[in-house]
Amino acid sequence: MIHLKINGVERSFDGDPTMPLLWYLRDELALTGTKFGCGMSLCGACTVHLNGKAVRSCVTPLRQLENAEVTTIEGISATGTHPVQRAWMRLRVPQCGYCQSGQIMSAVALLSSNRNPSDEQIDEAMSGNICRCGTYQRIRAAIKAAAGESA
Amino acid sequence: MNTIENVSRRGFLKGVLSTGALVLSVHLFPTGANAATSTGKTRADRSTLHPSAFVGVDSDGTVYIVAHRSEMGTGIRTSLPLVVADELDADWKLVKVEQAIGDWRYGGQDTDGSHSIRDFFDVMRQAGGTARLMLIEAAATQWKVPPAECETGLHEVIHRETGRKLGYGALATAASKLPVPRKEMLRLKTKSQWRYIGKGHPSYDLTALCMGKAVYGMDARMDGMVYAAVMHPPVVGGKVKSYDDKEALKIKGVRQVVPIEPFKPPAAFQPLGGLAVIADNTWAAFQGRKKLSVVWDHGPNAVYNSAQYKKELFETVRATGKVARNAGDVDAEFKKGGRVIEAEYYVPHLAHAPMEPPVAVAEFRDGKVTAWTCTQNPQAVQDIVAEQLKIPRDNVTCHVTLLGGGFGRKSKPDYVAEAAVLSKKVGRPVKVVWSREDDIKFGYYHTVSAMYMKAALDANGKPTAWLQRSVFPPIASTFKAGERYGNADDLSLGWTDIPYDIPNLRVENGPAKAYVRIGWLRSVGNIYHAFAVQSFSDELAHAAGRDPLDYLLELIGPPRIVNLKGTDYPNYGASYSAYPIDTGRLRRVVQIAAEKAGWGKRKMGKGSGMGIAVHRSFVTYVATVVEVEVDDHGKVKIPHVHTAVDAGLVTNPEFARAQFEGAAVFGTSLARTGEITATNGAIDQSNFYDYPVARMPEAPQRTDVYLVDSDAPPGGIGEPGVPPFVPALCNAVFAATGKRVRELPLSKHQLT
Repeated sequence: MIHLKINGVERSFDGDPTMPLLWYLRDELALTGTKFGCGMSLCGACTVHLNGKAVRSCVTPLRQLENAEVTTIEGISATGTHPVQRAWMRLRVPQCGYCQSGQIMSAVALLSSNRNPSDEQIDEAMSGNICRCGTYQRIRAAIKAAAGESA
Repeated sequence: MNTIENVSRRGFLKGVLSTGALVLSVHLFPTGANAATSTGKTRADRSTLHPSAFVGVDSDGTVYIVAHRSEMGTGIRTSLPLVVADELDADWKLVKVEQAIGDWRYGGQDTDGSHSIRDFFDVMRQAGGTARLMLIEAAATQWKVPPAECETGLHEVIHRETGRKLGYGALATAASKLPVPRKEMLRLKTKSQWRYIGKGHPSYDLTALCMGKAVYGMDARMDGMVYAAVMHPPVVGGKVKSYDDKEALKIKGVRQVVPIEPFKPPAAFQPLGGLAVIADNTWAAFQGRKKLSVVWDHGPNAVYNSAQYKKELFETVRATGKVARNAGDVDAEFKKGGRVIEAEYYVPHLAHAPMEPPVAVAEFRDGKVTAWTCTQNPQAVQDIVAEQLKIPRDNVTCHVTLLGGGFGRKSKPDYVAEAAVLSKKVGRPVKVVWSREDDIKFGYYHTVSAMYMKAALDANGKPTAWLQRSVFPPIASTFKAGERYGNADDLSLGWTDIPYDIPNLRVENGPAKAYVRIGWLRSVGNIYHAFAVQSFSDELAHAAGRDPLDYLLELIGPPRIVNLKGTDYPNYGASYSAYPIDTGRLRRVVQIAAEKAGWGKRKMGKGSGMGIAVHRSFVTYVATVVEVEVDDHGKVKIPHVHTAVDAGLVTNPEFARAQFEGAAVFGTSLARTGEITATNGAIDQSNFYDYPVARMPEAPQRTDVYLVDSDAPPGGIGEPGVPPFVPALCNAVFAATGKRVRELPLSKHQLT
């Protein structure tokens, strides 16, 4: 039995411990905001926070998560008013939107460690998140807007 | 309505659907939609006042508007309902958008070919205008005044003289008792009265999209469902000879392994066949699949090897082909001697790779199927599921979720058919989840192509003769085995419609056999045709010692309507009189893009350069200037892109800008690294490590989009940004490095 906290809620899991967190979130807890894109930590659609750091849930097996604190897109703001979400809405970042949970989680993690990232730092921090619609320039602008707002 | 059904049946069930019939030429309008065609299936239908299949006004004032096209990021689920709301003068805050199921009463729903606005703008205006007129008449009756004395404000009818007002909710019941007015009786708004059209309203789903609450196909669930991963034959058309599932069944959560029968050619939208692992969750299904041991009969397509095939394509493209357009006599002109320039171009197969791989959940019960899926074409879902399960089409209900990208892949519902077939076999709802590997390896690939170009130049460097020939396995081969030539639709995509002012011009196409499923991908044949035409134009400019911008304008020639008499030119299903090829519009976007980019006015540093290209597709005119910086290692950066767009009337400029920004990134992906290859019939690539797409650092750092203010009828938005981007990028690389890229992708070339 693995005990962990997801968005502040205590959970215990007794299934296959090699199962990645992504599928526990999606298939068992119906927390479907976290997306499946590649299964190999290549696209970032499944990004969540593990003890405050951005990780790819598609390659994070549950056996590593005893006592872990996990935050998903559903957990960053009950009202969708996190500064990063607000910037995303103001700049109208999403097109299809499928990758945006992961993008937002990466951006939140970046801004929590670097309040005022440069273009290069943004590019580097976000390079693990693919957006096939091509919203990158709006993502960059939204991160800067959110940085300005929270600074 | 009968016409619509007949077209579909004839086309699909007999398997003779041509490329064009599916992609471009089917423009089916909802002939019955403005009569009261209530089926009671939608909230709009069940509203108090429901004069059209697209809109309902309830007595509490809520307006329900049906979005019948699929949302994959273009904003169409917002744009079309906003048009209804505008003509209805509805308060958008009181509007609820409902996604339509597949249903022919809405007209065609295949969200493909960039024609949703073009085809449905007027339909939506009429839907809103009809409801508005009925509300006005209801108020006028109540006030005992002539309707002409009444007008609408936001969500209310106003009597001008007395200032009396009645809200839409209060009027709905009375309005619902009135006859539905004929189209001719409507008083549609003038442009200056528009409240939402042209204003750039945000997406209806914006908040949900930013909160992880939007529901995609991947998120759809049905009670009691199981999950399936399908092991497809590695080669299209292959079959299972024998298999051993003992190890797979040992995986915790795996329930059973179920064979899916191989398809009978043509592939069309049939399941590929193979073995499905049924499990309690996605992970168990994936793990179980890995443990399957299968002996395959790879079938006839196992002879496909991309390296060899490329050689054959080039051999074919060097030989005379079928003539698709001819003016003057190029042969006579070439024989005169003088300066003749030739070049060959190549674009490999591409995969769509939407961020959300194909996925569907379906339940077969009592001879009926209910499916929830991310599809661009719920009506095609109905057709293929009905065909596979031998049930009537009306027994198939296809709910449409949001799509995590589409790019054409999701108008081909083979994966939905898999879910339905499996549900019948296992007796409960089945969710089929394609992995990224499934998506890359078992796609409907953008075709592989070679183009041969030849021009004779006069003393000033201007072409006096121009010959262009393309070869590619056509999309039609997916629907009719053995098709080898491009049809009129394929060739209309930037080939027979070359808009240049050249007296001797011949457009040809040669044969090529398909060994994989070929499908349409964002902007389709325009990708390779524009790449060849616009790269060759740049090559000729440099050969003539001319500035590429001036030269391009000279090739286009004076403003005129291009005469395509004698050429079979479908024009994206639009009438040529309403949507002619207007070189004035083409010139204007070239001039705007060049001016905004500072073409010829800015000094570019070492390793930097600008490239320009222009292309009309989906009846929209787009010119793009790309700036590149190529470093000492040959690494290409794209600091700035300038795109000028004349798409006629633009319903939502914000969405339009976003589409052209995105098209630059999509173009970057395919130009830099896009290449799908096959070895012995099996696709070599599998995930984003060997089929890379542009990430933030490689994507254009900034794309500026300039929309031409136009009253021309609306053109396409989703696709037309892609075709000119790719040659503009390669032309910029040439300007920066002197290296001419004639074969994509760029990653195959040493640029230093």
